[in-house]
Amino acid sequence: MKSIIEAQDEIIADFSLFEGDMESTLFYLMELGHKLPAMDESHKTEEYLVKGCQSKVWLYPQVQNGKVHFEADSNTEITKGLISLLITVWNQRTPDDILNSDLYFIEKIGMSRMIGSQRSNGFASMIKQMKYYALAFKAKQL
Amino acid sequence: MTNPSVIGRLDIEKIRTLFPVLHQQVNGKPLIYLDNAATTQKPISVLKALGHYYQSDNANIHRAAHTLAARATEYYEASRHTVKEFIHASEVEECIFTKGTTEGINLVAQSWGRSKLKVGDEVLISGMEHHSNIVPWQLISEEKGATLRVIPMNEAGELVMDEFEKLLSPKTKMVAVVYASNALGTINPVKEIIAKSHAAGAKVLIDGAQATSHIPIDVQDLGCDFFVFSAHKVYGPTGVGVLYGKRELLQQMPPYQGGGEMIKEVTFEQSTWNELPYKFEAGTPNIADVIAFKYALEFVNETGKEKIAAHEKELLLAFTDGLTKFGHTIQLIGTAANKVSVQSFLIKGQHPFDTGMLMDAKGIAVRTGHHCTQPLMKRFGVEGTVRASFAVYNTLDEVKVLLEAVHGLTKQVNK
Repeated sequence: MKSIIEAQDEIIADFSLFEGDMESTLFYLMELGHKLPAMDESHKTEEYLVKGCQSKVWLYPQVQNGKVHFEADSNTEITKGLISLLITVWNQRTPDDILNSDLYFIEKIGMSRMIGSQRSNGFASMIKQMKYYALAFKAKQL
Repeated sequence: MTNPSVIGRLDIEKIRTLFPVLHQQVNGKPLIYLDNAATTQKPISVLKALGHYYQSDNANIHRAAHTLAARATEYYEASRHTVKEFIHASEVEECIFTKGTTEGINLVAQSWGRSKLKVGDEVLISGMEHHSNIVPWQLISEEKGATLRVIPMNEAGELVMDEFEKLLSPKTKMVAVVYASNALGTINPVKEIIAKSHAAGAKVLIDGAQATSHIPIDVQDLGCDFFVFSAHKVYGPTGVGVLYGKRELLQQMPPYQGGGEMIKEVTFEQSTWNELPYKFEAGTPNIADVIAFKYALEFVNETGKEKIAAHEKELLLAFTDGLTKFGHTIQLIGTAANKVSVQSFLIKGQHPFDTGMLMDAKGIAVRTGHHCTQPLMKRFGVEGTVRASFAVYNTLDEVKVLLEAVHGLTKQVNK
């Protein structure tokens, strides 16, 4: 399995192919969203809605063998692509890996220019929520 | 609608040269600005007036004896005069400068509503109101024990006038309705609504935010008691609006906010109020933007509202006809017979946020979301829409690019 750094570097390399072209970048994000494994419908509840997002984002965390597994879905394709990036980097990591990682890929792929400040806030909420779940799992393990 | 060939065509390319903001690239593509129902762009005359005021005339108005103050006051009051002419009010004192439409409605709800509404009274609004013409009435109705009632819409997004008449009763004290819907574009029969409301003994407030840049406004002919609109949707600056009210009503109403400018005399025991319109303009107003607003109204006057409306109608029809050709892949929301140049739609199978971002990638600025009309969205069973709204500086070529973009997305969704 790739390290968090390798996973991020791969995302950066993939996005660099679009040379800043917004439209192809967005289509690629939507494609990534399509590939995200389907979320169990029973997990799409109010409790697992990420607060602070303009569109609806559900995030359901589980821990298996000490590693965190996230399921996610959104009602908008682009947002689904965004969350799939986080899942690519953070799925099957230990809570400590998640809590200690620096998501430098976000700035490198020019995320804020791509999605604007409102969606950037929503994206930050997703990151915060994932870290919060990681912290809760860590606390349980101690 | 007047035939454009009869009244003469506007030289849109020449008009576009007056709007510097339009001439830029967004995401590597020429900007196509189609979010005019949210705010219009400003002509160079407005921008120059703003700069000129701060460079040459800046002073506080109405109070000082010095030359700059006299100049600033003169220009500020000249703007009020232009507003009076623009909406054909009978007196300048009936035109109050506000922060915008929202403040105008809040002023009436808080001042008129607080002094006139009683337990059991009813306030009538419509199902297509912007939140700013819902929430102020909810707040004051709750406080005074009054009830908010809602005029329903049909599938096309037109008010059901029979239902309106049924809702009118001696209990109805205020009818507050939008002239043109921001989300649907529907132009409501406000003259008829005003006449029928008056016959029932109710006062009428017209939210003219979306109508004022498209439709000639004559508050005396309409007969409304209050008319509110925002400068920034009529090619003027943000942070300025107008509340027109009939003198008799404004005189009876208590002040909305206390402070400087609005008083005649203040002692620690009591204060007396200034004359109209100053009674409702507490504090130092947005002087620069009010002064610059005059140039926006002059731009509209010089261009001619009839010509503007004819051009916008042509754009709207071209867009709506084009969308209709895409068949079942498009859902149109708002298909009233009488509309301003606004069209809401959805690409079936695509969330409006995604459509909006993909449009932006092509340099096209459209609005997505609920447009501050959540009850309206609920009525049509959608979370939000994509909305294109056209202004005088938009072109048929831009509509063509927009239609091509929409078509591309429908094919992508159905791939």
